[in-house]
Amino acid sequence: MTLPLFFFYVFSIVAVASALMVIASRNPVHSVLFLILCFVNAAALFLLAGAEFLALILVVVYVGAVAVLFLFVVMMLDVDFAEMRQGMLQYAPVGVLVGVILLLELLLVAGSFAVSPEVTGGAVVPIESGIENTRALGRIIYTQYVYLFQAAGLVLLVAMIGAIVLTLRHKAGVKRQDPAVQVGRKRSETLQVVKVKSGQGL
Amino acid sequence: MGLGIGLGHYLSVAAILFTLGVFGIFLNRKNVIIILMSVELILLSVNLNFVAFSAELGDLQGQVFALMILTVAAAEAAIGLAILVIFYRNRGSIAVDDINMMKG
Repeated sequence: MTLPLFFFYVFSIVAVASALMVIASRNPVHSVLFLILCFVNAAALFLLAGAEFLALILVVVYVGAVAVLFLFVVMMLDVDFAEMRQGMLQYAPVGVLVGVILLLELLLVAGSFAVSPEVTGGAVVPIESGIENTRALGRIIYTQYVYLFQAAGLVLLVAMIGAIVLTLRHKAGVKRQDPAVQVGRKRSETLQVVKVKSGQGL
Repeated sequence: MGLGIGLGHYLSVAAILFTLGVFGIFLNRKNVIIILMSVELILLSVNLNFVAFSAELGDLQGQVFALMILTVAAAEAAIGLAILVIFYRNRGSIAVDDINMMKG
């Protein structure tokens, strides 16, 4: 067994085990943490396949942003998760049946297909061995796929605006800052000088 | 790819991750947060397939597509969690069984 193959097995076993814990653990916070572990191991698998940029993006975007967002929401919502787990095994037999059939079909496809020889030579964007992965991706993203790249940015913009519009609310009775009123305040409105005799008070 | 790691290895891992994601949706039928995490797992396994084929066929296009999937997955998570938060604010619960306001 070569060293890369050994590491492939290590990373994939940890990824699969943590994915199992994501769906099976009792505490949703643990689920999120196992999701982070799964993503990090998948990033390592990406690295082994030579997709360095995607691996780092996976760590930055998923572990750094999406998983933390999940963690934030899990902690913010005060939900009784134990109650939610009741009746969980009710659907497990159906789930196991569907899962086993799906897995068998996928593994049959993965084990038996072959890439036809005409396809192998005709890469649209061939990977050149002399250029780093990030540089090669940057070269085609900003030229050949620039519209796709813009569309991805648009998707993120729409998602951002959508999330803000959805969650923004104006509660009645909340004091809000009004800069115009603050700046336009006059001394005569707020300050009063009173002469007080000593020893008497007001 | 080389070095003893074949395309079949990657496809098997991705198939197992995909199945676990689908199974998670069945298993945690009441908890929307876990269902969203299962969807993330499914998208991750699809990405793994794209990267594996990209490396096997020597074509960078697969990685570009995986990047786009990553973008859409991040947007989906943000919108999904925002919807979840306002739903909790309105109903005080996130159980899937309670999400039936639009039932005719």
